[in-house]
Amino acid sequence: MKLDFSGLESSAPLYGGNNGLLCDGFSDAPSFDLPVTSDFDGFQKNSIQMVKPAKGTTTLAFIFKEGVMVAADSRASMGGYISSQSVKKIIEINPYMLGTMAGGAADCQFWHRNLGIKCRLHELANKRRISVTGASKLLANILYSYRGMGLSVGTMIAGWDEKGPGLYYVDSEGGRLKGTKFSVGSGSPYAYGVLDSGYKYDMTIDEAAELARRAIYHATFRDGASGGVASVYHVGPTGWTKLSGDDVGELHYSYYPVEPAIVEQEMTEAIVA
Amino acid sequence: MECVFGMVGKGFALVVADSSAVNSILVHKSNEDKIMVLDSHKLMGASGEAGDRAQFTEYVQKNVALYQYRNNIPLTTKAAANFMRGELATALRKNPYMVNIVLAGYDKETGPSLYFIDYIATLHKVDKAAFGYGSYFALSMMDRHYHADMTVDEAIKLADQCIEEIRSRLVVAPQNFVIKIVDQDGAREHSWRRTTKD
Repeated sequence: MKLDFSGLESSAPLYGGNNGLLCDGFSDAPSFDLPVTSDFDGFQKNSIQMVKPAKGTTTLAFIFKEGVMVAADSRASMGGYISSQSVKKIIEINPYMLGTMAGGAADCQFWHRNLGIKCRLHELANKRRISVTGASKLLANILYSYRGMGLSVGTMIAGWDEKGPGLYYVDSEGGRLKGTKFSVGSGSPYAYGVLDSGYKYDMTIDEAAELARRAIYHATFRDGASGGVASVYHVGPTGWTKLSGDDVGELHYSYYPVEPAIVEQEMTEAIVA
Repeated sequence: MECVFGMVGKGFALVVADSSAVNSILVHKSNEDKIMVLDSHKLMGASGEAGDRAQFTEYVQKNVALYQYRNNIPLTTKAAANFMRGELATALRKNPYMVNIVLAGYDKETGPSLYFIDYIATLHKVDKAAFGYGSYFALSMMDRHYHADMTVDEAIKLADQCIEEIRSRLVVAPQNFVIKIVDQDGAREHSWRRTTKD
């Protein structure tokens, strides 16, 4: 789309006519640089794509009174092609620790499996379970050593250890953050909005599960790279349990049922004389 | 958008850092402590890439502790600063650490000191230092109002002025800041300046 700039050009000089001494800097009309592109709408779309988180998924986890709630969608996409609607994005590292998958599926699956092996070795060597802090640090150190080599992992390690519930965010750039509420993936900004407004530390397990499910649903509604099934897991003192796995399409109609349209007048057959 | 700055006063040194952990447009958390307590009398405020910051500061902290175990004497602030600079310089041409550090310490013999350590292994002993976009505002504020031998209250007041300036003038200003202080009684957290409760 070529924009017409003829209106911005001024025919009359601004200052002192053609006096070379006075108006060297002032003879042109004021103007500003516009992005140099012929496709202005595409430019705007690309700039939104630039800031949007890259990993095509929505995962979230938060700590509350009864433990940790972990939820994720189940869509795998390759550009515009949906390659699967039934990917398991919540990885069971061991009976009391979960990891979420965002980024490269192979990277996440392999390194979480590797982490599970290291955790078991730690248990055997030290006769006690590894803490969530320790497990996340093991993973973060491994990912840090592969920095810049193209791994794509954005994961949350959630578990219950001697200190209670624990939640860490670990990514392939080597970052590791301890926190109470995280969401990772291209749908994460949408999920954060619902999660932040509905979060209370004192929630029952059912309320927390509903909050997690709702946040995933809203993210899948707006983000094209998220969809499929919203799985919700709970990590408590005795380990993790899967609470639900609902198709987001069905969730949509349960949250927003279709109102039957009010029909004012039904069409009937024309009476033929 | 990370801001770290520090200054030296009469018998103490102060380090202030923001506490946001950001990924592109998303703020993952706003209570991340970026000022590491290196040992009993040293503070290290670090800003830079996420993985590098945590890994490098922890590496330095463990090496400082190791020196103390091996030699039964703690490192001086100057020695710790030079150790850090050496590590950054060695890694620079192979696998650089993208971390900027403000090191504050108190030594019994020499008193308080502040070191400015860049990601390309620049090392300067200074009275006031700042990193990040916030440095554009904090440095001139400190140049104008800083004087030698300030009391703790004067220094905190100056730090607050810098934080206010950053909050009002920086386009995506960090929400919360943490202030830590080191003096003859040791390194400790002084206070937080919050706008959000994470």
